[in-house]
Formats: sequence, C-alpha cells, structure tokens
Amino acid sequence: MRDTTISRRELLKGTGALVISFSLLSPLSRAFAQGAGATNLEPEATSLDSWLAVAADGTVTVSTSKVDLGTGVVTALSQIVAEELDVPFHSIHMETGDTAQTIDQAATVGSATIARGGPQLRQAAAAARQELLKLASAKLQAPVEKLTVSDGVVTVAGDATKKTSYAELIGGKRFNVKITATGTGGGMKVAPEVIAKDPKNYKIVGTSAPRVDLPPKFTGEFIYTADVRVPGMLHGRVVRPATVNTKPTSVDESSIKNIAGVVKVVQEGNFVGVVAQTEWAAIQAAKALKVTWSAPEHKYPSTKEEVFDYLKNTKSARDQAVVSRGDSDAAISQGGKTFEATYHWPFQLHGMLGPSCSVADVQANAATIWAGSQGTFNTRRQVASLLGMPEKSVRVIYREGAGCYGRLSPDDVPLDAALMSRAVGKPVRVQWMRDDEHGWEPKGPAQLLSVRAAVDGGGKVAAWEFVDRSFPWTENGNPLLAARQVGHDATSTGNGNGNGGGGQIYRFDNQKVVASMIPWVWPDPMPLRTSNLRAPGDVARCFASESALDEIAALLRVDPVAFRLRYLADQRIIDVLNAAAKQARWNARPSPGTASGGSKVTGRGVAVANRDETMTAAIAGVEVDRASGKITVQRVTLAQDCGLIVNPDGVKNQIEGNVIQGVSRALLEEVKFDASGIKTLDWVSYPILHFPDVPEIDVVLVDRKDLPPNGSGEPSLVPVPAAIANAVFDATGVRLREVPMTPERVLAALKAGPQSSELLPRV
Amino acid sequence: MAAITLTVNGKSRTVNTDPTTPLLYVLRDDLELNGPRFGCGLSQCGACTVILNGAAVRSCTLPVSGAQGKSITTLEGLGSVAHPHVLQKAFVEEQAAQCGFCMNGIIMNAKVLLDKNSNPSVADIKQALANVLCRCGSHLRVIRAIQRAAREKA
Repeated sequence: MRDTTISRRELLKGTGALVISFSLLSPLSRAFAQGAGATNLEPEATSLDSWLAVAADGTVTVSTSKVDLGTGVVTALSQIVAEELDVPFHSIHMETGDTAQTIDQAATVGSATIARGGPQLRQAAAAARQELLKLASAKLQAPVEKLTVSDGVVTVAGDATKKTSYAELIGGKRFNVKITATGTGGGMKVAPEVIAKDPKNYKIVGTSAPRVDLPPKFTGEFIYTADVRVPGMLHGRVVRPATVNTKPTSVDESSIKNIAGVVKVVQEGNFVGVVAQTEWAAIQAAKALKVTWSAPEHKYPSTKEEVFDYLKNTKSARDQAVVSRGDSDAAISQGGKTFEATYHWPFQLHGMLGPSCSVADVQANAATIWAGSQGTFNTRRQVASLLGMPEKSVRVIYREGAGCYGRLSPDDVPLDAALMSRAVGKPVRVQWMRDDEHGWEPKGPAQLLSVRAAVDGGGKVAAWEFVDRSFPWTENGNPLLAARQVGHDATSTGNGNGNGGGGQIYRFDNQKVVASMIPWVWPDPMPLRTSNLRAPGDVARCFASESALDEIAALLRVDPVAFRLRYLADQRIIDVLNAAAKQARWNARPSPGTASGGSKVTGRGVAVANRDETMTAAIAGVEVDRASGKITVQRVTLAQDCGLIVNPDGVKNQIEGNVIQGVSRALLEEVKFDASGIKTLDWVSYPILHFPDVPEIDVVLVDRKDLPPNGSGEPSLVPVPAAIANAVFDATGVRLREVPMTPERVLAALKAGPQSSELLPRV
Repeated sequence: MAAITLTVNGKSRTVNTDPTTPLLYVLRDDLELNGPRFGCGLSQCGACTVILNGAAVRSCTLPVSGAQGKSITTLEGLGSVAHPHVLQKAFVEEQAAQCGFCMNGIIMNAKVLLDKNSNPSVADIKQALANVLCRCGSHLRVIRAIQRAAREKA
C-alpha cells in the first residue's frame, strides 16, 4: 500500500492552484472539496473550519496536532468531540499531526492530551454545534431553544416531522465562522465563551468505546511510519560513531564497492550515511563502510559510579524548592532520631520496539517529511532550520511509530532522512537499526536521590528532606543528532528536570523537597544524551521517597498503609490508597512479615503518587527466591483517580501497560556503558519483561465525574517500582535502594543483611 | 541478483533480488506486505515473524533463498479488517494492544500455537510467546485474546 496523502510536486510548488486527484486528498480537504473547494491556506486557530468539517455524508473530520502514540488517546478525543456535537462516535474521523492541516496545540507529551487538548477540541465542537443549531433554527423556523440533537439529526421539540441533519445543513461546505482562540500550544483557549455540555448528560464520554486504530493493527492494514512508501523512494542508513562529534577522518568508499545498489555515501560535516536502491543494500553498506573516527575530545564517564559521583559532586545549575515548610535542618539536628538513605536510579531506555524511522522528500525549495514525531511542529521547525528553509516550506505528516514513551520528542531520524534526501535529490526512507536505537536514543537519565528525616519522641516524622540530583530530562538545548553532526544547532525544544519531588504529597511540619538539576559539562551530545522518559523523573523520585517512608514505618513498627494515612494531606490520594488496600485485601501489620523457612518468601508492598494531579496507589505482591535472588512480581493492584474518565477500558489498558513497564524497569533495565559508548545495544544485553514474568494486574478506577478529565498515559507507572521494593523488604527484611533489583543485587543485599534495625540516634 | 519464486499467502510471487536478502525485506519492500515488521534484525523480538511451512520463523534473519519452495503466510494471509481471522477478531474484542507494533509477532506465534494446541493453558500461551517482546505491556490482554480465540474456534 502506498502512502498517497500528498502529491508533493503540486502541493509543494507553492504556486498556482492545487491540482490533486480526488483520492490523494486528506479527509479534511475531501470534506471541503465536496463544497467550496480546497485551498492550501495555513489553518488558523480562529477559523472554525480549521478544527472540524462535516462532509456530505455526515462524517465529521476533526483536525488536531495531537497524535496517537499507541495509547488510544485519539479514540478518547473522538469521544469528546462526538459527545459535544451529538453525533455517533463512529462518524468522527481524526486528522492528526499534519502540519499543513492542523493547529499547533503543542506536542503530544506529558499525559496532557486529554487534559489540555481535550478541552480545546471540545470547545471547537461546542462552537460548531452552536453554529449548526443557528442554521437549523433558520431552516426549521424554530427557536434554538426548541431544538434537540441526536446522532447529528436536529429535531424541533414536540414536532418530530420538523427535522434536518448536520449533513444537510453544512455537509461539504465551510462554516466560514470565526471563533475565539487566544494563546498558543497547550495553553490555547479555544472558544471559551461557548457553554459546553454538562458532564452529567454525557452519553459517549465515559463509555469504553473500542479503539479506532486497533482493527487494522491486527491485520497489517495499518500504516505506520515504517510503512510509508512514496514513488522513487530510496533507502538510507546512518553510520554513527561511538560518541557523536568525533570526526570521520577517513571514509573509504572502496570498502563497499562490492555491494550492488549503493547510490551514494552521504557525508556532511560529521554526519555519515549511506543511500541505496534497496533496504538490504543500505544495511549492508552502512555496516561494511570503513570509517575512521577521530578520538573523542572529552573523556566521558566510563562507569555508573563515575556518573553518580558526578551527580553528587557537581554544582547544580538550578535548585528548585518544590516544598519548603518550617525548618527541616533545625528539626533534624534537634530531632529525637534520624533516618538517612540514598537511592540510585540508572539510565534507562525508552526502548521503542520498532526503531526510529522517517521518510523525507527534500526538493529545492520545499520538503515533505513523514514522521512519528510526538510534536510534528517541532520536527518541522528543526527540519526547516537544518535545511535553511522557511517553516512553511516544510510539511511534516504524522504516521504513527512504535510506542515511544517520550523518545520521539525529540525525533532525530527526520533530520537524517532530510540530509540524505537532499544529497540524492530523491525521497529517502531511513530506519535506524536496533543498535542505532539502543545506542543513540536519548535516554531516561540516572538520578541520585537522598532522604533525611527526623522522628520525634512520639514516633512522629518531624522533618523530611528530599533532594533529587539529576540530569536535565532533555539534553541541554536538545539538539538533534544530525544537526549536531553537521555543526548546526537545531532549535531548542526545552530542557529541565521537572518540577516534581519526593514526599511532597505528605504533610510534615518541617519539610524541604528540592530538585537539583546537574548539567553535563561536555559541550557535545554523547550516547548518554537524555530525553523525557514516561513520567520523567517521578518514577525514581517515588521509588526513593516511598521506599524511605516505608523504611521509617518499618523502623517504627507501623503498618505501611496506616503510616501513610497519618501524613497524607489530599483526600483524593487517601481515597485511592484506601481503594487499593481494600481491593488487595491488605493485611495490616508492620513490615517485614515473618519469613518462612524455605528458599522462597513472599511479601506485599505499597506506594502512592500524585503525577500532575492524577492520583495512584500500587500494591505489589512478590515472591523472592533467596537462593537465586530472583524477584517474581506475582500481582499488582493499581488504583487510579484521573478525574472524569473518558474511556474506562482505555484507561485500564494504559494502567496495565504502565504496571508491566514499571515491573520491567524496576527489575531488569539498566543502560550499561563505558567511555567509548553504550554497551547494551540489543534486547539480550538490555532485557525487558517477557511474557512468563508478567504479573496479574488488578485495576481499580476511581471515577470522579465532578472533576475534569486528567492524564492517564504516565501516572500509574510512578508507584510501581517503589511498591515492588517495599514488597521485597516485606518478604526478606532487606532493602534494595538501587534499581534494577537484579538477582545479583538481591543476593548481595541478603548477604549483607538488614541495613539497620533502629533509627539512628542523633549525633 | 536472481529471480526467486515464493509462495506467499497462497499465491506464487517472483521477485528479482539478491538471494542473501533476508525474507523480511522482500516481503515488505518488494511485495508491500506490512504485516511482518522490522524490530531488531537480530531474531530477538519476533516482530518480523512469518509462518513458514507451519512453523513460526523470524524473517529478519532468514535469507530469502531459504524460503523458496516453502509456503509463507504473513499476517495479511490470516485475514483482513473486513474478513478477520478468529484470532484477529478476538484481539479486537479484547482490545489487546496499544501501539500494536509487536502484534504481528504475537498473532503469528499464537496462530502456530493454536494450530498445535486447540486449548492452551495460560502457561502454554506464556511459553509460546516467551521470546516475543511487547514494550507497551499488552501481555494480559493478549493472553485473554488467545484464550478467546481458542474458545471461539472450538
């Protein structure tokens, strides 16, 4: 199947009218083409037509820059629009992530699509409904107040013979109506003055509508980025050094002269790639091409110990006080007893199952890019900047990639494809190989987390100090690889190490929670470059803070759930914790439990989290084999409150996935490296959870119809590793303060024995 | 280059290609079959799985010459959205995916399992899929979907 969304020659000439055969038009253009005719004007947020169109057959096409990353969020957005318009769910068609057809509502990141993109589309739909009722009122000669809508049919109350439909009113025609739209991106307010439906009348939102994308994904009919084929397309592969910005001192083209079908070795600055007629020729050539790279100018960390020492000893670029209450320093120095612990979190991969892929068609004055980017407008900006073109000359068309969990913001590969396409003057498809992806994906960074607490004579936590020392979630300035290699600094897409912390969900009289951002000192990106990894930072922060709290509860011989309830301040978290405990039939008692005499021991642990106002509680049941050190997570109960639930099964699906990914990251995942680069370049050296080790999962949804819907793509991952660590302690009496909790670490901890049986007296 | 004739989804197809080319690239690039997917190129993840004479094989490392004269079935050969195979239908009913990139490997391995064992236990299913990777965490839904397919096939 060929991707024929766009006829590049016509569309990109930018001169004269569009001459595109009907079948090549996108749905939005198609809807219009039946009426007023298509144009290639850039969509404007203040035009209702930019957001949605009703076709003659009643199909509603909605345009949004928000994209489905495999989470099902586009199905949920469809429900929101169908609900507001009062049309059948299946009549909604979503046109997503095409920069020529959509308004930039910001990239699809941070579980913000439902919370922020949702209201934008809802209000656009409400504005459309208002307009449609005006038209119906005129046509049916009845006041708007007397009109009711069901399944896109407008009827006059009390007279069923007087009716019309959205399709009759506007089908194939433009609204030509201006709406209010202020602000930009995720913060844009769209038609805020239009009154939307009262959630208590919702019929479509709140149901488990089946995902629109799934059926073709089970048959091979779905078109992923990797499936895009355009006429005349060649295949490219990148040739990367161990550390970027080392220079190719020699490229020996004779080394690949025996490979038939090689079109060109592309070398531009320090970028090297190979373009060939066939994919196999490109793969072979990229592998065989003899490139001598200069030695790196800087000495990179060669062990994880060096990384943690670096985090510990380097001056932070920014200290963000997340919570500052009372005087924790004074309280700790005056407190009855103190607790101190340090926790380590490793570099981890997003680990997209399908590696980065993009198709680029770069012409003299325009370019078309097919990409799986989370933010196609970001990619457009980066490609335009690299190619020295105005942004409007670059069109980025979204096609879904493999699940990416933050990896495709930033998306590197469109630049690789653009460079190679420009060099050969033809469309080029570039797919990274597995070692490119494992080696060069920007990684979830290591974190060093420390907790100090004081407990007073009454066994109350009097002070809590939590410090997260970590790298920016996105590499400083976030340059894309190829941009760096050609000496071009692509536009920054931001950095930072988040604004979360550890233990701020609890209220202690004296409390200090700090996020310290530690920058890399090296000017060049290195294989340990970073980007947001699902619930960035919060997973490690929760691991540390919820482990520490558990440790204190154990030292005080208090049940872990009861101990948390003493200090939790937010009723919504209290509710999810209670819901999880009830569902898991939590047996209230202090940890550790009484271990049996055998090799295999079991335990349960709990952790709670608030990730951007979605509340989660996890209870893990584990078995630890004391002989082998292997941890088996048997069951996880996960309770979540994400406000009003748009699609319960969609939310459950996300939670199940987060739990499994959380178990995988907690038990197995660690990027290994030395000064010359990444050593975990495949799925054997970087294992993820396999089918036989997947736990049973029990999801409890706490539906809050009184609250706006909030994100669900990330939050339920956050408490999982902490709950597992606490369960391992409950089972064994030993505490693992470093992830992943591998058999080797379990055995070492068992050998070392319990860390201490008492809180330390003040010294 | 050589002319190689393959039997794919019951049809005879001839391609002119380097005989060392892994079958995956011939299926995808020459025959435009998108079911089998590139995940690792190392036979580690299973995304490229096809059924070759009744056995699940990883097409990313099998030279196309090795598939000559054998019957190749790809995901497309099972069914379509319009006419789904019982497994494909069960996967929709259980909403058993997120990104879906691994689904080719999962469904093709499940097909081979059900052909041999019409009533697999959960342990049988986990074992059959032990070396097929899913990153999004759809495992439990996948197991339910395969059980459903087994029931509906019976």
